[in-house]
Amino acid sequence: MTPRQRLVLFGVAIAGLAACYLWAFAGLPGFGRYPGPYGPAILSRVIAQTNATGVVSAVNFDYRGFDTVGEEFILFTAAAGMAVVLRRLRGERERSPVDEARDRALPPTSGAVRMPALLLTGPIVLIGWWLASHAQTNPSGGFQGGVVLATAFVLVYLSGEFLTFRRISPVAVLDAVEAVGAAGFVAVGLTAVALGFPYLYDYLPLGQVPGAVSSSGTIALISFFVGLEVAAAFILIIGELLEQTLLVRSG
Amino acid sequence: MQIFPFLVVAWIVAVGLYGVVTSRDLIHQIVCLIVVQSSTYVLLLGVGYVTGAVAPYLYDIPPHTRAVDPAVQALALTDVVVEAAVTALLLSFAVQAHKRFGTLDPHELASFKG
Repeated sequence: MTPRQRLVLFGVAIAGLAACYLWAFAGLPGFGRYPGPYGPAILSRVIAQTNATGVVSAVNFDYRGFDTVGEEFILFTAAAGMAVVLRRLRGERERSPVDEARDRALPPTSGAVRMPALLLTGPIVLIGWWLASHAQTNPSGGFQGGVVLATAFVLVYLSGEFLTFRRISPVAVLDAVEAVGAAGFVAVGLTAVALGFPYLYDYLPLGQVPGAVSSSGTIALISFFVGLEVAAAFILIIGELLEQTLLVRSG
Repeated sequence: MQIFPFLVVAWIVAVGLYGVVTSRDLIHQIVCLIVVQSSTYVLLLGVGYVTGAVAPYLYDIPPHTRAVDPAVQALALTDVVVEAAVTALLLSFAVQAHKRFGTLDPHELASFKG
């Protein structure tokens, strides 16, 4: 198919799609007039049922916790899939992360990259943990916190070299952390079953004050496990891609 | 004004699909797919918004203040995670395609078999 034919076909298809879209949008309630029943139902009960003020986290890790297990495993599967797709193929060898030509004068990382990266690493670890451990109170949670934590490791790579990145994040440790994060979520749910409650029932004490860090029972615990899983998965994914560009050579 | 956010959604889908169709580079094509997907964030937030309502964080706000729908916002979060996972996998396929065939042009790749 020539690019021109392709573009004509695209034009016809997108015109049809646009017509369907406009038809569908005309039937939607107007912007700002959402009539859905779930939002108000959750908002009116969430404090009494969970003591969590971060309602999005309460939905993710409690009301809709079963779906979030699946969501977490999507990321788990993606990291595993990348490890399979980016395995060392026949005819490829992995070279050592240490420069093979020892007398080569490599330009050092620019100070303009190095200094901000070093300065930001500590605060970013702190923000990541803060986000992962405050799902119950603030706009945060394990998914966001995990990604922010992973960026701290990328900053270490930026300010140093791949060897440093690998040294502070060995694949064996990352695999273990990812497995603990993924299994921890499921274990919290199964513990509820063992105690005679429905799967993922919030069986921990809910705390006295809504909005306190110690409130909301299992929501905070699950968010912590999700944070571990997401951080480890992202560092693994980034490490896989860096390995491909830096270490794997054909022949 | 009533359907303006939804028109923005349609526009983002169309622009992203145009990029996917005309792209001459797999990485660029993946980025275009991300553009298509990002329309769903606008759609979800547009659907869940309630005029005059606050964010669904029930801290330091007077009781019975209307908040926007938290269920839709939670869906947007799921959306972001799925996008990240899909993007990572697609990028790794692009790396392998480049290794095997020495090109990232989808038109050239289409002529290879196996």
